Amino acid sequence: MSELFQVSSNPHVRSRATTGGIMMLVVIALLPAAGFGIYNFGPRAALVICVTICSTVLTEFLFGLYKKKTTVTDLSAVVTGLLLAMNLPVGIPLWMAALGGVFAILVVKMLFGGLGQNFMNPALAARCFLLISFPSQMTNFTCEGAGALDAYTGATPLAMLKAGENVNIMNMITGRIPGTIGETSMIAIVIGACILILAGVIDLRIPGSYIVSFAIFTLLFGGHGLDPAFLSAELAGGGLMLGAFFMATDYVTRPITVKGQYLYGVILGILTGVFRYFGPGAEGVSYAIILGNLLVPLIEKVTRPVAFGKEGRKHAE
Amino acid sequence: MSNLTEKRADTPWERLTNGIIRENPTFVLMLGMCPTLAVTTSAINGLGMGLATTAVLMMSNLIISLLRKVIPSRVRIPAFIVIIATFVTVVQLLLEAYLPALNDALGMYISLIVVNCIILGRAESYAYSHPPIPSYFDGLGMGLGFSLALTCIGAVRELLGAGKLFGQAVLPASYTPISIFILAPGAFFVLAALSALQNFIKLRAAKAGKPKRELPAGCAHDCAGCGIAGCSTRFYDASAKSGRTGSRGTESGRTESVGAKSGRTGKDRAVSAILSDEKEKKGQETVKNGTDKGSAGEPAALSQGKEEA
Repeated sequence: MSELFQVSSNPHVRSRATTGGIMMLVVIALLPAAGFGIYNFGPRAALVICVTICSTVLTEFLFGLYKKKTTVTDLSAVVTGLLLAMNLPVGIPLWMAALGGVFAILVVKMLFGGLGQNFMNPALAARCFLLISFPSQMTNFTCEGAGALDAYTGATPLAMLKAGENVNIMNMITGRIPGTIGETSMIAIVIGACILILAGVIDLRIPGSYIVSFAIFTLLFGGHGLDPAFLSAELAGGGLMLGAFFMATDYVTRPITVKGQYLYGVILGILTGVFRYFGPGAEGVSYAIILGNLLVPLIEKVTRPVAFGKEGRKHAE
Repeated sequence: MSNLTEKRADTPWERLTNGIIRENPTFVLMLGMCPTLAVTTSAINGLGMGLATTAVLMMSNLIISLLRKVIPSRVRIPAFIVIIATFVTVVQLLLEAYLPALNDALGMYISLIVVNCIILGRAESYAYSHPPIPSYFDGLGMGLGFSLALTCIGAVRELLGAGKLFGQAVLPASYTPISIFILAPGAFFVLAALSALQNFIKLRAAKAGKPKRELPAGCAHDCAGCGIAGCSTRFYDASAKSGRTGSRGTESGRTESVGAKSGRTGKDRAVSAILSDEKEKKGQETVKNGTDKGSAGEPAALSQGKEEA
């Protein structure tokens, strides 16, 4: 024991990860889906993405000026703006997209204390705000055929499924279907998700339990029994993949306990199934996730691990 | 109690402004949230609801104040309810006869005025312990404050959610209504935004060093049901006596420490204020009966209060 030991206060182990770095990775992971959206729907999709990002970043910047505290550099506003654009139909009026960005940052994030304090995913809250405010514009998936997708007027595959029609599953997996800008291509989303998983930004707990529980719910209550075509269409369609990998895993609004994350995923799967099969609409991912966000404090409360040494005392009481 | 009430005269004018500005039932006391959120889909509905409540509130405060020495303390709540329900029935029949459109728009919320906590709160905390004239004006002030708040909320929601104001289209036809504002979530957004706005204005007025009586009384956010003149003046004067500058900062600190002591927040504090009134009355009763000392009566009432809270 002749060596001198340095004494310092914790934390002793530091990670080099920064908020800005993680957000940058999320942006990179979203690029395949965004790029496919632009390829699929044409240049207007790029315009919508630009407008939402500008509006979220500008809102965050102006609020930072008012509060004399700059938070734009952590890139979280860019992620919010990009995710919001992924959730909007290509034909949405640009001022609505901008309004959604302002709502996401100002009302849902900054008024509650900024990044880390928001109780709900800002991008999804803004999507729901727009969906309630402008139901016709938000569910109008008419495409003018400027991109790879032919001119198209009509329902999304999920709505067709709900109406009992058949859909082309191959198109749903590659993404040549109408829908919001970023949700259509399952392949592009999974590529992005792989980037995030390999980089260690997210793990499979929440997406895995979400998708598996939704699949089981579909088999039990979907009304089509063990039909694999229906199941894969439901899994590939709508915002399920985008929501499971990019929005349910949001660090701020997911539970921090491991058991809680599994529970959270299962709750999201069940809620999505309930909204899709028993609700009036064809889609329910965004409502399921923001409702799940609200349950997070309760989930953390019931799944908090017992501190070492406390087990015995619990039995004694 | 009596020496505290002397510090702020219960003049009709003071009662009127108290209800409209200092203790606005919606934006400051946060009472009567159910009709506030439910009926304010348009300015007209808000105004109608507010005025109907005002009419009931004035009359019930007057009658309860006149009968305050006759109503036994034990059955006062049922007695209040009967008096309030009488006036609600009168208002409802009048609306049905003369304003059937408004009556249809407000629907069952007219009958629900009976259980509106502003009315019961004013009866309990003011009219039952004060003379008729101030009670009448207290009801009028509170009612007008409520009407003003509901009209403001209704106007903002109608403007953003339908592009109209009092039923008249004011925004150009190219405006796309943001329909969330006339749906339920919009009520929460507008209420929160307007409450924040009035806090912002009052805070700035306080910082600018306006006379202290312009402030939201010392215990601004929790004197829902407290002895009113007594409670708010007490904090206000206490800070003056201790030589503080009386800036908003010290006062809010004081309020927080009081809240922390009782371990309650928001509406709970209003409830506890009502209960503490009750406690005092019980204490007085026991003194009158000569069975026990007032100090012995208080702990019993306190523990009872805790159970109820």
